[in-house]
Amino acid sequence: MTLDSLAFQMINGLASASGLFFVAAGLSIIFGVTRIVNMAHGAFYMLGLYLAVTLADRLPGPLGYWGGLLLAALAIGLLGAAVEILLLRRIYHVPELYQLVATFALALILNDAALWLWGPEDLLGPRAPGLKGSIELIGRRLPEYDVFLAIAGPAVLLGLHLLMKRTRFGRTVRAATQDREMVAALGINPALLFTAVFALGACLAGLGGALQTAREPANLSLDLAVLGDAFVVVVIGGMGSIPGAYVAAVLVALTKALCIALGTVDITGWAFNMSKLTLVAEFLVMALVLVLRPQGLFGRPHGAPARGQADEAPLRPLGASGRTLAGLALAAALAVPLLASAWAYAPVLALDMLVAVLFAASLHLVMGPGGMASFGHAAYFGLGAYGTALAATGLGLPTVPAFGVGILAAGAGALVFGWFCVRLEGVYLAMLTLAFAQIVWSVIFQWEEVTGGSNGLIGIWPDWPFDSRAGLYLAALAVTVAGLLMIRRLIHAPFGHALRAGRDARRRAEASGIDVAGIRWLAFLASGLLAGAAGGLYAFAKGSISPETLAVGRSIDALVMVLLGGLSSPAGPVLGAGAFTLLQDMVMRETAYWRALLGALILALVLLFPGGIAGGLSRLAARWSPAR
Amino acid sequence: MTAPLLEIDGLEAWYGPAQALFGLSLTVGRGEAVALIGRNGAGKSTTLKAVMGLVRHRARRLSLGGADISGLPPHRVARRGVGYVPEDRRIFIDLTAEENLALARRPGRDGIDRWPPERLFALFPNLAELRGRRGDAMSGGEQQMLAVARALVGNPDLLLLDEPSEGVAPIIVEEMGAALRQLKADGLSLLLSEQNAALCEELCDRAYHIDQGALRWSGPMADARGIEDGTAE
Repeated sequence: MTLDSLAFQMINGLASASGLFFVAAGLSIIFGVTRIVNMAHGAFYMLGLYLAVTLADRLPGPLGYWGGLLLAALAIGLLGAAVEILLLRRIYHVPELYQLVATFALALILNDAALWLWGPEDLLGPRAPGLKGSIELIGRRLPEYDVFLAIAGPAVLLGLHLLMKRTRFGRTVRAATQDREMVAALGINPALLFTAVFALGACLAGLGGALQTAREPANLSLDLAVLGDAFVVVVIGGMGSIPGAYVAAVLVALTKALCIALGTVDITGWAFNMSKLTLVAEFLVMALVLVLRPQGLFGRPHGAPARGQADEAPLRPLGASGRTLAGLALAAALAVPLLASAWAYAPVLALDMLVAVLFAASLHLVMGPGGMASFGHAAYFGLGAYGTALAATGLGLPTVPAFGVGILAAGAGALVFGWFCVRLEGVYLAMLTLAFAQIVWSVIFQWEEVTGGSNGLIGIWPDWPFDSRAGLYLAALAVTVAGLLMIRRLIHAPFGHALRAGRDARRRAEASGIDVAGIRWLAFLASGLLAGAAGGLYAFAKGSISPETLAVGRSIDALVMVLLGGLSSPAGPVLGAGAFTLLQDMVMRETAYWRALLGALILALVLLFPGGIAGGLSRLAARWSPAR
Repeated sequence: MTAPLLEIDGLEAWYGPAQALFGLSLTVGRGEAVALIGRNGAGKSTTLKAVMGLVRHRARRLSLGGADISGLPPHRVARRGVGYVPEDRRIFIDLTAEENLALARRPGRDGIDRWPPERLFALFPNLAELRGRRGDAMSGGEQQMLAVARALVGNPDLLLLDEPSEGVAPIIVEEMGAALRQLKADGLSLLLSEQNAALCEELCDRAYHIDQGALRWSGPMADARGIEDGTAE
């Protein structure tokens, strides 16, 4: 490493930090006032970039270029206002989890909107007029635009600071961040304030994207990438703190720059390429901050968490009719291989369903009774799949031990990540689980020698007696039923009572002698083991796996299954996973715009059927059962 | 007799599924000071919150100056001329005293600001020195003064005060009592929930005794002594 290469990376890092800061600041301001973590914030950034590229291309001259950038940011602000009025106003009162998935659904729809408007190709904007050259600094040429961006970050920070400290709007935002109800009781219309705040946050994200016009091409994967980075920045800086967002953005960007500048280092004779660490570095910084200072560097300690699920009826074991239904479902599942002669696809689809059911049930255990919304359950699914695949192909283990290795790998992951996660609540927990899942994803993506990198692993086939479709299907059925019975046993045992007590009233549960963090950790472990089993089954069912197996999308699919089925019933994930797999198979494969479709489905669920399928069914049952 | 400023008839209120008020009726006349007395959890605070629109409620009649305010969102109630001093003061601790006041300042319904800083600081002399201090650097008594001042700069006709003497030093209670008597003398209507009997007796004209979300007794303040513990006739 030389000093000037470090300086070069530093300026580059500060330029990236500015973009990240704009998004994170917007996210933070919106969360402060509305208490909503806007999962669509990355999409605003992405749309800002697309729009700026288009406008800068069409409008003439330097004025057109810079004007186009500003117009793009303003347009995203307007889009934000529209989103707040049309969508968010309907979800302020619903539990946090539903808000997270609803805004994620919006991100899916916006992503498909960009696909429809701009197509799948990357778009690179024109170079910035007046800033095309480079500056000589300590013998190294630095792109002028990077220097400009590195300055733009602190400039916007200063602007926001003045806005917050010196204006009536800023005062109101600061007051509302502390106590929205009291602000309203003083005669200030909260609806207008919320719309304005959301528009400001969206505009900042749009500006962040627009300013990248000359630096990086617009593409459709930016939204999630930027969202993940922004989460990390907000969590490190402290939710609601704008200076915190800037410091954290710089910290993350400089850590990455340092990793790249260090290049390959020699650690006790073992050459290690530090630049491969960039993806992981920011998450490591975040994990460290969360452990040492859970509220973030500049954040306030968060008080008692909001309740996840409001007024949920106590869980009861299945009654006689429920048992009959479950028995009938099992008999039908056992009969599926008989269908194969008439409909060869039936066992394949049914196997997909079993994998989905087991995975959704594992997530439901931590989310429903556990009250911990995991946005990164794909990590344990993926660890199970990769563990199984590596044991089967790399170590040459027989099917059953290989499957066991996969489950243990997932359990180990859940044990480590869970230890951190169970200490947090609500949106912080959701963000940390997502971050851990991204770490696992990037390790698997980059560790080519072992995991095959982006190509993945192929030729993962089970041996006798599981090498026939019926054999593998029946084995998967046995595993899934065993998993469901284990969950049932867990949630109706004292363990399950303690888990739910910790969810409903953490302090009270702790005061009555329950080790809430310990119980939650165990639940996380059990859930990880089951998700790993689902992943192992998946690997054998497909024969090949790739990093796609544990991408964000898989975590979201599982969340949708659980919500579709209904969060408050243990039967929910079974129904939800079944319905989701069918839907995915029959509808979503048929269209290029499946994300928008999925997003619309999620929004419909959150807005119209918050109880999911199980909730709807039990309401029907209550209506038809004789009056008490 | 002129129509009362605040009229409540058959007020019910809920926290989630739990009902907290069961058909409460009361009135506050113009320039009158009225006390709500009763034990903790009786429904005094809830009554004030329901008037303010801060809890889910229903009433046969809930009107201010003859106009229905039932079901209005809090900011509309405030703009109709109701000032609210909440139980735990709820000062914005990130903001200075001056910013707290600036946020709340709005002219009365007649468009006139009757609470310029001079008048406010004449009523609460201490506040003048605290202008630049942040909310989290103030004592409980200072916060309480600020909470009342913050309600006043909204130029209300009716002031709702939730336990204005709770958790503050006796000397502050006396200052607060004097300030409230001054406000009443100036023609402001007051409805307060209060457990400090001395403060009530010096200030209030009438009292309502609330227990378990329902009205138990109402009458002149002078007759209220002993009502709460059942020693009165």
